[in-house]
Amino acid sequence: MTTDVAVEMITVVIDGFEVTVPKGTLIIRAAEKLGIQIPRFCDHPLLAPAGACRQCLVDVEINGRAFPKPQASCTIPVEPNMIVKTQLTSPVAEKAQKGIMELLLINHPLDCPVCDKGGECPLQNQAMSTGRTESRFTGVKRTFEKPVNISSQVLLDRERCVLCARCTRFSEQIAGDPFITLNERGALQQVGIYEKDPFNSYFSGNTVQICPVGALTGASYRFRARPFDLVSTPSACEHCAAGCALRTDVRRGKTLRRLAGDDASVNEEWNCDKGRWAFKYISSKERVTSPLVRGEDGELHEASWPEALAKAAAGLAGKRAGVLVGGRVTVEDAYGYSKFARVALGTNNIDFRSRPHTDEEAAFLASTAVSLQTTYTDIDKADHVVLVNFEPEDESPIVFLRVYKQVRKRSIAVTTVAPFASRGSEKLNATVVSSFDQVKNLTEKSVVLVGERAAEVPGLLSAIAAHTTAKIAWIPRRSGERGALHAGALGNLLPGGRPVSDASARVDIQSAWGVQSLPTDIGLSTSEILASLSTPGGLEAAVVGGVDPADISADALGQLLNTFVVSLEISHSAVTAIADVVLPVAAVTEKAGTFLDWEGRARNFDQAIEGALTRSDVRILSMIADEMKKPIALPSVTSAAKELASLGTWDGAKVSKPSVSSANKVSVSGNEAVLTSWRQLIDLGSLQAGEENLAGTARPTVAVISAKRADALGVKNGDHLKISTDRGSVTVPAQIAAISDESIWLPRNSQGSQTIVTFGAAEGCLVTVVKA
Amino acid sequence: MSKLKPVLSAHWDEADSFTLEGYRRNGGYAAVKKALDMEPDAVIQLIKDSGLRGRGGAGFPTGMKWGFIPQNDGKDHYLVVNADESEPGTCKDMPLLMANPHSLIEGIIIGSYAIRANYAFIYLRGEVVHVYRRVQKAIEDAYAAGLLGKNINGKGFDLELVLHAGAGAYICGEETALLDSLEGFRGQPRLRPPFPAIAGLYARPTVVNNVESIASVPAIVANGVEWFQAMGTEKSKGFTLYSLSGHVKNPGQFEAPLGITLRELLEMAGGIREGHTLKFWTPGGSSTPMFTQEHLDVPLDYEGVGAAGSMLGTKALQIFDETTCVVRAVLRWTEFYKHESCGKCTPCREGTWWLVQALKELEAGRGTSADLDKLLDIVDNIAGRSFCALADGAASPIVSSMKYFREEYQRHLDLGSCPFDPIASTLFAGARA
Repeated sequence: MTTDVAVEMITVVIDGFEVTVPKGTLIIRAAEKLGIQIPRFCDHPLLAPAGACRQCLVDVEINGRAFPKPQASCTIPVEPNMIVKTQLTSPVAEKAQKGIMELLLINHPLDCPVCDKGGECPLQNQAMSTGRTESRFTGVKRTFEKPVNISSQVLLDRERCVLCARCTRFSEQIAGDPFITLNERGALQQVGIYEKDPFNSYFSGNTVQICPVGALTGASYRFRARPFDLVSTPSACEHCAAGCALRTDVRRGKTLRRLAGDDASVNEEWNCDKGRWAFKYISSKERVTSPLVRGEDGELHEASWPEALAKAAAGLAGKRAGVLVGGRVTVEDAYGYSKFARVALGTNNIDFRSRPHTDEEAAFLASTAVSLQTTYTDIDKADHVVLVNFEPEDESPIVFLRVYKQVRKRSIAVTTVAPFASRGSEKLNATVVSSFDQVKNLTEKSVVLVGERAAEVPGLLSAIAAHTTAKIAWIPRRSGERGALHAGALGNLLPGGRPVSDASARVDIQSAWGVQSLPTDIGLSTSEILASLSTPGGLEAAVVGGVDPADISADALGQLLNTFVVSLEISHSAVTAIADVVLPVAAVTEKAGTFLDWEGRARNFDQAIEGALTRSDVRILSMIADEMKKPIALPSVTSAAKELASLGTWDGAKVSKPSVSSANKVSVSGNEAVLTSWRQLIDLGSLQAGEENLAGTARPTVAVISAKRADALGVKNGDHLKISTDRGSVTVPAQIAAISDESIWLPRNSQGSQTIVTFGAAEGCLVTVVKA
Repeated sequence: MSKLKPVLSAHWDEADSFTLEGYRRNGGYAAVKKALDMEPDAVIQLIKDSGLRGRGGAGFPTGMKWGFIPQNDGKDHYLVVNADESEPGTCKDMPLLMANPHSLIEGIIIGSYAIRANYAFIYLRGEVVHVYRRVQKAIEDAYAAGLLGKNINGKGFDLELVLHAGAGAYICGEETALLDSLEGFRGQPRLRPPFPAIAGLYARPTVVNNVESIASVPAIVANGVEWFQAMGTEKSKGFTLYSLSGHVKNPGQFEAPLGITLRELLEMAGGIREGHTLKFWTPGGSSTPMFTQEHLDVPLDYEGVGAAGSMLGTKALQIFDETTCVVRAVLRWTEFYKHESCGKCTPCREGTWWLVQALKELEAGRGTSADLDKLLDIVDNIAGRSFCALADGAASPIVSSMKYFREEYQRHLDLGSCPFDPIASTLFAGARA
């Protein structure tokens, strides 16, 4: 819990064996420690005990007094002088368990041959271990219409349900989304939704995973495969920086399913629906499958690897160049880009921030973020969690679950620096404040979680960097950013957090890389690189790895038009369309690698699709560098990982902290409003392409305005607003909330509201709001 | 008639027994005065000393239950009255509330004062709208008379009393399901611990008592422990309401000291209906194992009934004469349990589903004696395996009927049909043309 006091240990005897466990341990889990598996359905280690299925009945005796009836071992904590007899030593417990199993199956359709769960089903397995060979029930089974869509993602087969309430307990206790509940009674009891309120939880997929039967199935996996045809590989999630362990299931080279992996210190056993169900992009028809080279005719043509590499090398050699690295590269790939920029291109012009960014942020990252060590465990122990320009439910869902867990368990305080209380903030009972200096009650046990959007408010990261009491964490949205920061894919940092400006830091790297010198000028940022590329006398070439220009600014794509572009991409995109050389790279399931989650914790993963022909970015960069005769000598992911590890981290002087003062408030008048926005978890992100079931549970696009503005405009909830600048406009239904009268909130990249594409800005710009 | 001891029912025959005036005329609300002059702990001690035991079925000592409430814990405490009377055959709380609602209200004031509760709730089964209206009126009158609300009797004690109508679920008579239902959730039993005395309604220390238990409190306070202890048997003190129904000449409520026998009650009820003999009966509703002729002299107190292999339960004596098919009666009860199973736990939910089908087959005479053993084995897998006692209740009639009437089950199978004429057991049997 909150303090690290010694836990009282209790010794009990189970089936004749002594086991010593912490006080409070349930019998069923104490038995597990002895390797004694008591059958169960409703029991789940992360959910509050229910005692509903009664499958885990055992005989219990305390101080020589036996309970007259067998007890549910999932509900009773161990006590001193307790003697437990499970099905292994008690005929009563054994008969009780067999009896329950028989009862559970009387209304079960036994349609295992067509059930997704068949082959990995706790009911099936335990019916084999604990059931009878044949049922004595010869009557009429309860039947239901099947299946029911309880959301666009989750289907419910009520006939198969054993009513263990794992799904409903998960939704209420873990996700805080009690959209499903048990209805009716007796044998007609069933999981249900309120008809007007489907199961639109960001975490609904977990219910499918923890369902101990085939009652809940995922729409996108249903009837696609049998578990025994799948090859499973432990993986890490590429969607955000939360660092979820995943399991990727592949059949004949195609990713069919991803499940949450178990990692008690990170994602426990959960993940979000995006991490679970957004992977079709990997097998999309839009994948780049061979190198492409732009010919004399101005069109892209398929080319051999040697031809494409030669063309790329020739175009880059001797040019003033910049490197734009997407936010989802692995540490190894980021290290490849970092070394490639310095060694092959002789520049520090490299930036992993393909999003709004500032120099203040670069200083914050290099001085502060790169060495932060706050972890999930600090959240578990926090007395107060502060969210700074960070919406965990949308931007790092597992962080949300972790904070929510402590809000439920210990009622910890949560303060959010945000324009208004989002649904996630409401679930966290968060106090909303409009700026960081209004946050009160910070102690050394408090945790301040800073989102990447903090960069969008001048002075905010300077204030964070100057804060000394609470623990600070920087939580970028994308999975690769913390790793790219560590690998030095930033203009002011070399690998291992070494400042470019520090001569001895450069010497470190020079000697490790065996080069004579390293560039000394601080590199340009993403926006500066783009600006320079489109300026005569500026940069002449760019290496672009997995960047969507629309994430940076409305002008970014245009700035790449008249320059030599080498694009490393998994799929055809706006950048490949204008690139001179396109080199296909491996998607996350096709390669091995490491992400650093927001904690800086390494999340290693192996290649899930065996024999994939695509290669990781670092391998391709190494080949280009060879072709340029400026080798970076990183022929494999393993070699990159080893070399980066051998560099160690910098313990010398850091870059100075930023000291930017906050900007004056923008003044608005009339129909003007200041735009504020963030990305919702499920939106138009390119990695969610083609996931229609997932898209069905996206939160509706709304424009949040204050009641005063609504009154002034004469609009009610749901009335349409037209929000415009001279660049464009969107028309979106209004939602009235406690937001400042000057502001309007829009989703940053959702259906019908893409602020960067439409307005060229994501935060802080003036828009005009009128009734549509 | 000397066996009767009407206390709660003493004035039921007066036209205005249910009114505040009628109640007061017969000494009502004197006990509140007395209790509010005592220390709360002294009231708890008085009830402990009296030996009053819960009249809802389990017979748990009422004073001890009150004593479990942690005092001076700075939390709100609640008294909840279980008026969800739904046990088949039970009809004591509803007539009591119709004829004498103020005895309950007075008991609630005293009980709340004792456990330091400023809020009390009556959870009434929703179907009995007439009772609801009567209790509601009585509460209004009590408020108007200053017996509820702020500063009761000028003694500085505040009590708000809320009457809540349930939505018709037997399971809500189970105290934790009742609390969930009262909080607005579906009525399903809660995991214990925590027990209601520690975390009950809204997770606050809560006492849940039966209507009759609480309604008995004013008489005890008014008349004293010795008066109460003079009635009943060694461990089952006091008076109680027995409800007789079924094949008796004069069914109804009989208030008598605990320990009276069915033989004595039947005498007062005019005996079994004319020309018939007793076949089987339940001592405390259908959830208590049935008795037969041989149990006519079992003392109907907690120990006596227990020693004879059943439970006193709600003292709902359902009487069946020799025209009744025991298999059919058990099937009817089982259908009730299937309908009322809340669905939370497997043995009750699935078990009652199965039992109804199994009994239907047997009643129709389909099956072999192996099916009778199977029936007992299924029941063995249900009773004592469930989350709450509902499934135990469902098992009781089957196990006890098989114990006393197995040959009658067998007769169905031998004949291939039910040997009884179902009309013979009805009230309109003679009217058949």
